[in-house]
Amino acid sequence: MKIHEHQAKQLMAARGIPVPLGRVARSVDEAAAAVRPLIEESGNPVVVLKSQIHAGGRGKGTFSEHPDVRGVNVITDGIEGGPGAAEDAVRELAQHMLDSTLITIQTGDEGKVVNRLYVEQGINIDRELYLAVLLDRASSRNIVMASTEGGVEIEKVAKETPEKILREEIDPAIGLASFQANELAHGLGLDGDAAKHFAVFVKALAQAATDLDTDLIEINPLVVTTDGLVMALDGKMAFDDNALYRHPDIADMRDDSEEDAAELAAKNAGLNYIKLDGTIGCLVNGAGLAMATMDTIKHVGGEPANFLDVGGGANADQVTTAFQIITKDPNVEGIFVNIFGGIMRCDIIASGIVEAIERVGLEVPLVVRLEGTNVDLGRQIIDESGLEVVNVDSLRDGAEKILELTA
Amino acid sequence: MSVLVDRNTTVLVQGLGKTGQFHTDKAIAYGTQMVGAVHPSRAGTEFHFEGETDHSGAPGRDDTYSLDLPIFATVNEAVATTGANASVVYVPPPFAADAIMEATAAGIELVVAITEGIPVADMIEAKRYLQGSGTRLVGPNCPGVITPGECKIGIMPGYIHQRGKIGVVSRSGTLTYEAVHQLTLLGLGQTTAVGIGGDPVNGTSFVDCLQMFQADDETEGVIMIGEIGGSAEEEAAAYVMSKMTKPVAGFIAGTTAPPGKRMGHAGAIVSGGMGTASAKIEAMQSAGVVIAETPSDMGDAMVRALG
Repeated sequence: MKIHEHQAKQLMAARGIPVPLGRVARSVDEAAAAVRPLIEESGNPVVVLKSQIHAGGRGKGTFSEHPDVRGVNVITDGIEGGPGAAEDAVRELAQHMLDSTLITIQTGDEGKVVNRLYVEQGINIDRELYLAVLLDRASSRNIVMASTEGGVEIEKVAKETPEKILREEIDPAIGLASFQANELAHGLGLDGDAAKHFAVFVKALAQAATDLDTDLIEINPLVVTTDGLVMALDGKMAFDDNALYRHPDIADMRDDSEEDAAELAAKNAGLNYIKLDGTIGCLVNGAGLAMATMDTIKHVGGEPANFLDVGGGANADQVTTAFQIITKDPNVEGIFVNIFGGIMRCDIIASGIVEAIERVGLEVPLVVRLEGTNVDLGRQIIDESGLEVVNVDSLRDGAEKILELTA
Repeated sequence: MSVLVDRNTTVLVQGLGKTGQFHTDKAIAYGTQMVGAVHPSRAGTEFHFEGETDHSGAPGRDDTYSLDLPIFATVNEAVATTGANASVVYVPPPFAADAIMEATAAGIELVVAITEGIPVADMIEAKRYLQGSGTRLVGPNCPGVITPGECKIGIMPGYIHQRGKIGVVSRSGTLTYEAVHQLTLLGLGQTTAVGIGGDPVNGTSFVDCLQMFQADDETEGVIMIGEIGGSAEEEAAAYVMSKMTKPVAGFIAGTTAPPGKRMGHAGAIVSGGMGTASAKIEAMQSAGVVIAETPSDMGDAMVRALG
């Protein structure tokens, strides 16, 4: 699960990790009202207005309704005009940003609607660095990744100048050791107070990753201020869905408006569904087989409309829900059900399909391939239902058949 | 021979809830030596299993079975009483990593964790706990391990398997069944099929399994089934290239998976251009692995690899 920048910063601030002062705003008035207290508290007449969406590249992104407005704006009107001038500038920008569609390198062409803004104090930056905590699958441990190339996409750094990426493994029994934090500070070319502040920062961040069950914490950029302070200028956090049960406060931070409605409905029904752009709907048991089914459809010349794994223990109701989700997608021209019964019994799937069609109808061709546990019973249920279903024996035959029927 | 499990493997089940009961019953029907259960709230009692024997499993058995499985409070107690050398974990996700560590502490040689949805942080701790122990973990989030006709630990349908000379190792459950089914139809039986699981942190890797199959006299070829995410397939390819003398076939799922999206399995994600199907396929091909273009061709790819 992903959260917004302002929420990530709130979680960091609560753990004593330095972040700039800021206030979240869901309306133009709230954004304007945030300006004066921020300027007074920070003593800096500059404020920053940041769009809050679950995608990166906001600073360079622009709004489809207002192509001259960027996703992140530094407002300097307060330097000469005082807080009033800053308020006016924020008000005008917020009017353009809120409820508009921000397109960044990560949102795709459709962009994302901005529902909330974050108003933040300006920071006098000396250096920009990169810092992240994430899982290293090879060592089965979290690692800290740091780089002098702040503000640049880390994938780009990894590709072009991999020697600039520093890594330290976090031992789950002891956390990030002080010497490791010091090594990172040294490697980043920090000294004096900045090195000390960095070491405290990175140890706290490593601990936060463990305590909060994050999949990823990324601070890009991490800044050293002209006063030698170390601060998270941006903050991205993603959490392990499997561990959210022990963090109800974080689970409450979920912003449903950032999620695809169909994917959310599937998740609530205990299904794994991902919407794609093609025309062949797929209903499969098992993640690997579901992926392989998509691959096969593509291989024979089609385009899958979705990934859908009904899981190992699905009941007829879940199958019905899965069917409803697929048929709701207007792009779907045909459906391919591919089941290899292990724990999942073919008769359950068959009953679910029959029930779903009785409930929601079927306007597109349906090809069903059943194999494994109770396969004969499953086929019998479908045959006896009198529904127009094409039975096939193999995955490849099924993919070819559904393509033929939708051609 | 076979790898990991055989007719002498004696198995405890940790977690005798609905799923644990169902699959323990299937394992007994298959002929697996189930010797006890660990379920603290029912310790001191027995659980009765009876039904019709699954004759696709161990040979030479009656048509029906009836077994009273003793239930223990701890793994230690269960091992002391039964001498079990393997355990299978069906414990719910919040407690599953602890169950793995408990089995490790009790000296169990092989722990097979079926549970899906264990927090990554818990597995990081369990993995560290396993370091330096004599315990091998398979999984979590896996279908289990089967040596056809001898021992079935996990949730795979037993009857699709047939004893033979092919080693099977896979990150996916249903894709393993797909591969095994094709092999069996082609007359290629299996020595052992190992599901290593779809989580980003797991106990046994492709390389571990390839090493075991390479060392196993009976295994004449191996099929490995990978998917997007991580670099375990690339590491396996490097091992095949440098150490493996037996033919290897392979399949990678997720060619069409969009980047940045988790495809069901917690570990199946392409992020930052890493872990793509094409990179894995390329690495495996250059190591001499015969790649199946579609999952329907997995059996054929094995036939081609065997030459």
